[in-house]
Amino acid sequence: MVREQALKALQRVEQGFDRLFGASLNPWRQLGALSFLFFWVVAGTGLVLFIFFDTSLTGAHRSVEALTRQWYWGGLMRSLHRYASDAMVLTMVLHLLREFLYGRYRGVRWFSWITGVPLLWLVFASGINGYWLVWDQLAHFIAVGTAEWLDWLPLFGGVMIRNFLTPESLSDRFFSLLVFLHVGIPLILLLMMWVHIQRISRPKTNPPRLLAGGTLAMLLVLSLALPAQSQLPADPLHLPEVLQLDWFYLYAFPLLYTLSPGGLWGLAAAGTALLGVLPWVGRRPPQPVAEVHLESCNGCGRCFEDCPYAAVVMQPRADGRPFQLQPVVNADLCAACGICAGACPSSTPFRSVASLATGIDMPQMPIDDLRERLEQALPRLAGEAKVVAWGCRHGVRAEDLAEPGVAGFDLLCAGMLPPSFVEYAVRHGADGVLLVGCAGGDCEFRLGCRWTEERMAAQREPHLRGTVPAERVRIAWVNDAGELRAELAAFRERLKTLQNASRSIAEPIVIRRERRHG
Amino acid sequence: MARLWRIALQAVCYAACAGLIGYFSLLPSYRPLPAGQAMVKLTIRHAGQPVAECRQRSPAELAALPPNMRVATQCARERSPVTVRLEWDGAPLYQAVLPPSGLSGDGAASDYRRFVVPAGMHRLRAELADSVREPRRVDRLAEEVRLEPGRVLVVDYRGEQGGWVFR
Repeated sequence: MVREQALKALQRVEQGFDRLFGASLNPWRQLGALSFLFFWVVAGTGLVLFIFFDTSLTGAHRSVEALTRQWYWGGLMRSLHRYASDAMVLTMVLHLLREFLYGRYRGVRWFSWITGVPLLWLVFASGINGYWLVWDQLAHFIAVGTAEWLDWLPLFGGVMIRNFLTPESLSDRFFSLLVFLHVGIPLILLLMMWVHIQRISRPKTNPPRLLAGGTLAMLLVLSLALPAQSQLPADPLHLPEVLQLDWFYLYAFPLLYTLSPGGLWGLAAAGTALLGVLPWVGRRPPQPVAEVHLESCNGCGRCFEDCPYAAVVMQPRADGRPFQLQPVVNADLCAACGICAGACPSSTPFRSVASLATGIDMPQMPIDDLRERLEQALPRLAGEAKVVAWGCRHGVRAEDLAEPGVAGFDLLCAGMLPPSFVEYAVRHGADGVLLVGCAGGDCEFRLGCRWTEERMAAQREPHLRGTVPAERVRIAWVNDAGELRAELAAFRERLKTLQNASRSIAEPIVIRRERRHG
Repeated sequence: MARLWRIALQAVCYAACAGLIGYFSLLPSYRPLPAGQAMVKLTIRHAGQPVAECRQRSPAELAALPPNMRVATQCARERSPVTVRLEWDGAPLYQAVLPPSGLSGDGAASDYRRFVVPAGMHRLRAELADSVREPRRVDRLAEEVRLEPGRVLVVDYRGEQGGWVFR
């Protein structure tokens, strides 16, 4: 219940940003890609800082200070390094919350969710480790805190803290180790980020250029306006009155002293365990996955091309028919979106077979059923500007568009609709077709809206044939029922004005097909 | 005009985001110690004395051992627990009996504690006993210490440096 309310609140915020930025540039829909962008900024600026960093006890703070004084270059690099790291935590945590609220952590998505959990640890480890390098009072405070925290584990024997208690406990070697960790941990982080996106095809790791530009400009302005500064050099025998903590990374240290090392370990372990088991808590029954029907498949590979989760692979043909390849569905990866069925050239309702068997189909919503439901609905459409609307079960429901002259159908995903169905509807009595999906490319199954758009624009196979006038098809990527009703009303008004001109191609065709059984 | 408004509002969003990042990367400030306070950190890593004295094996015992293991002196592996006591202005501040580490109890005992104390002049006394065979053998150090606010006083036991070190 709380989650649903939070999701509604998030959607309201996202809709506001949609209006402001445009759906495709809405930063809320690009949180993962923005995290990647920030990582690259941190990596690039980190390389520059590394060149000038002195890995010695006395030189570390001095070299960072020297960089900082060079405000137009070294200081700028340092500030960008810091603020991009902070921004990465922000986008990463929001990305996690958003995926949780949308329920995108269960089922086939468990892998992306689970591989995201170690990313949290790695990002915080990299950031905290980075703060040590400055070796100022803050660095010493967090070095002591980290040692106290780790010393709670029997593994460390309670002696790590002894390295940080007096000025002579440390040597220059310590900073070589720190630099090694500060390069090594982010490299592992990058590897895990790569693993994190392995089970999705065409992952979005680059935000749109305009958004990336705006974001980088924001970091630049912030870095110039509020340059990152060091505190006084580390002094193990003195605690400063106040510390300016970077709360994005260092929130754990006040918690450490509010709770206890054991308490903080408990909290961290419980949080990690909770995130780890979440995909299996309240799991919904698995959806039937795509099924391949080789008798209707010519091995064209469009299902393989369009699958958002790389669940379809092409393998050598095994049924003896004169085609090279056949698709095979990996049930563990299939998200049951039906986009493959929409991509199959056999999914055309114009085929004269009574039972429309397609090359790859969804058992819970076969293409044949879609045609049958359409054929039943078309004769019932009455009045002016008759519209067939196809939507998706995960977005604003097209089936809720209950008004005379409109037939709405909800698919597993907007991308499940074969473009030939649009032509079929127009040829069999509909004045127009409205395709409904989620705004901003924020498709439940990632690529449904994008493929639909490209298929309708004849940029992707299977495409909508040119015999259907463009003005009779409208795409509505919306997240709000009111917006959809407004789109529908505007579309119907437009269709009314086109009524006479379009009759020539939209002449109703009487559907005559005999059912063959057996 | 609407486009200009949108751009302006987008800039406001970017500025708000920058403000959020800038603010929480520095503020609110954190006070690691309450005003007027100092800190005492007690740290110990010390192996207690063996629980039993070494003894000479008898010829019969030696003969019973394999030739490569015939060492005349036999010493117990297990170490004594280390008893630590701190007094602050004459009042007990901390007391603990630290067991030796290791599966055979033959490792060093260790401990680390932090105490927030008022700044100013204080009398600190530290005691350590590390032998069950000689319970009266106690290593002590008592000193007047002046702690200004924020000062961290490290109380360390370093056997190789002669015992307690206040730093």
